[in-house]
Amino acid sequence: MNQSIPFNVPFLAVAALIGIALYIIIFKRNLIKVVMGIGILASGVNLFLITLGYREGGIIPIYTHAPAGEMVLPVPQALTLTSIVIGVSVMALMLSMIVHTYRHTGTLDSEESRQMKG
Amino acid sequence: MDSLIVQAPILIITIPLLGAFLTPLISRASEKARNIFVVGVLVVVELLVLLLARDIYSNGLRIYTLGASLPDLTIPEGYIVPVRIILEVDGISIFMGVITATVSLAGAVYSLQCMKDETGQDRFYTLLLILVAGMLGLEFTGDLFNMFVFLEILSISGAALAAFRTRFADALEGGFKYIVISAIGALVVLFAVGLLYAQYNLLNIGALAKVMQYGSVDKIALALLIVGFVIKAAGVPLHMWAPDTYAVAPAGTTPMIYVASLVCQYALYRICFSLYGIVLDQVTVGWIVIIIGVLSMFVGVTMAVIQTDIKRLMAYHAISQAGYMFLGVGVGLAVLGDAEALAAYGREAINGGIFHIINNAWYKSLLFLTAEALFLRLGTRDLNKMGGMGRDMKFTSVAFVIGALAISGVPPFNGFTSKWLIYKSVYQFSPILAVIAMLVSIITLASFTKAFESAFTGPRLPEYRDVKEVPKSMLVGMAILVAAIVFFSLFPGLIVDRMISPATDALINQATYVNAIVGSTP
Amino acid sequence: MRMSKIVRTMSSILILLVFTFGLYVIMHGHMTPGGGFPGGAIMASGIALLVAAFGSSAIQKTLKERYLAILKSSGLLIFIGLAFAGIGTTFFYNVLVGSPIFGHIPLSGSNPGDVWTGGSSTLMNIAVGIIVSAGLSAIVLVMALASGGMEVEE
Repeated sequence: MNQSIPFNVPFLAVAALIGIALYIIIFKRNLIKVVMGIGILASGVNLFLITLGYREGGIIPIYTHAPAGEMVLPVPQALTLTSIVIGVSVMALMLSMIVHTYRHTGTLDSEESRQMKG
Repeated sequence: MDSLIVQAPILIITIPLLGAFLTPLISRASEKARNIFVVGVLVVVELLVLLLARDIYSNGLRIYTLGASLPDLTIPEGYIVPVRIILEVDGISIFMGVITATVSLAGAVYSLQCMKDETGQDRFYTLLLILVAGMLGLEFTGDLFNMFVFLEILSISGAALAAFRTRFADALEGGFKYIVISAIGALVVLFAVGLLYAQYNLLNIGALAKVMQYGSVDKIALALLIVGFVIKAAGVPLHMWAPDTYAVAPAGTTPMIYVASLVCQYALYRICFSLYGIVLDQVTVGWIVIIIGVLSMFVGVTMAVIQTDIKRLMAYHAISQAGYMFLGVGVGLAVLGDAEALAAYGREAINGGIFHIINNAWYKSLLFLTAEALFLRLGTRDLNKMGGMGRDMKFTSVAFVIGALAISGVPPFNGFTSKWLIYKSVYQFSPILAVIAMLVSIITLASFTKAFESAFTGPRLPEYRDVKEVPKSMLVGMAILVAAIVFFSLFPGLIVDRMISPATDALINQATYVNAIVGSTP
Repeated sequence: MRMSKIVRTMSSILILLVFTFGLYVIMHGHMTPGGGFPGGAIMASGIALLVAAFGSSAIQKTLKERYLAILKSSGLLIFIGLAFAGIGTTFFYNVLVGSPIFGHIPLSGSNPGDVWTGGSSTLMNIAVGIIVSAGLSAIVLVMALASGGMEVEE
């Protein structure tokens, strides 16, 4: 691992990803952009889970032909894998709903395709 | 029989899953076989839940370790912390389990005839069984990450069910809002779980409760968990998805999506009472829950008065009734550290809040089912276009009247008992909150009187001349809930002693919960 | 818009490599990074390559969505059947440790990996690989058909 990169850079990346994602979800009107925002939010949280398991100078937590040394934590990697699978199914569901909405209303704008108010 | 009760926690969760995986294959054979199979699976789940409930109310809580050599071997040889996924079923978990199993059975029986003419029915029943499995999993689990996984399972299947009738554009919008907001809430919960894992290297709720210190990272994790679960439980100000989603869900699935939000409320209480418990800053967090409750009550009922869509009106009333539950349990949480106030009115407040959960599950679900019956026969949900259905749909109107009287807190129905408990205890805590609660109750009664008059009384409109009563299975579904309301109205004292007090004790006594997991070293 | 002959020929050859690599990642999940879900996703991306090269209507004539649904259901049933197999002790109990099917006990610490270890978790890995590849391929195929304006036949 390159020793000149400060230890905190992945956490700053997490903060930046989550901030950008919240901005997109709150302020953008195109439905597909909202879905992209949720994808970026999921990526930020997954990056946070993997980064918290890092131990300095650690190797991958696999015992097959493992060199000597401390291993990084394996449990957050399992949690992240589960979270990625859930993220895939959520995105597929949201995109299918958008395809149907486009067929009904002909627009992808969240204000114009709105049916229920109040 | 003994080994069945030992294995019951995992069987209750996995039998619906197995049923969901078998349903597409059975549907290819015949439709009638699939209907009998789905109802059979839910009846088996209901019987197992009642059997387990009887055992827990006499013997105390039960744990189950997945994949160990004995079901209650939480810490294996040579380890010092629990390493496997542990299910822990105590008084309040099985209480929510009874609600889930009964409402799902009523909803599924109701849907048999209501969805008869739709296409893709095998996917509907698969999603319904997965939703039941997700709710039961969230209630029984004792592990934080497992809670996140089951939360996502019930969000995804609930959203797919809400958007099921793709020929209506508003159904798609309701389902889309549900999945977007649920995904954000669940990711917030996952972030908090990551924070807690980074601090303590543990995911089990009992093991975490033993080593929890209330540092700044833990406060951030608590705030994120509260936000995540309040989003899913439709508490104001994060309730925007609820009216759209409850209005458009098909057939018998609206009560199930509503019970899913009640289950997320239970998860919030599990975090506040069993995970943090005594190290918490009880007065602050209690007041946060109370303020969420008061806002929900007030905003829910004022938005409900102006609605013209009948299911949207009921959805806003559901939000307002959830405020009562937040208020009762919040008062109990605020006095948790003060022993004499807890004994005087705190325990009664939590009793009232939890009793209100089960009462609400019965009568709100019944009201949603009657509204869906009106939609099936009349083709509209707009109150301005309905009129005079009381003569033709006799059973539906009687069910609506029972539900409306119960929700407004009119004696002798069960709504009155739980609201009375809440008024009595909250008045001793802070009188003005009790006055607000009583005012909201009166406005609820007014709103439902207006809805009843629009839909069921008055002259019958000419286009609805040959509207008949709804098919039999829908009547059976509604009758199950009516029977539950009548039973709870006739024996409130019995229910409070036998069902509600064990649930309250399970919430207040964090030590019992923790000792069952980490106190049991061999 | 039809893809050129070069694209179609090369994708027919590359699909074999992609499938082999996906199966390798699934099978060695207990020894090297990977496992059921990444391997299944690799195989589904192979199907996505075919859909992009040949067009969704041509692929849909052979690979009907019905077959993928049956494959997915059987994978799910194998998974939950293996989990129920240990119900005599507890759910998810590893019943195949010590038996000849994937039953070797691995050495502790750093070791040259042995494929025949893992017990029922290795078989569950294979089942998850089947489920994920069938499921994600179905999603890719149906969404490609829907964007082209066609409905999926029941």
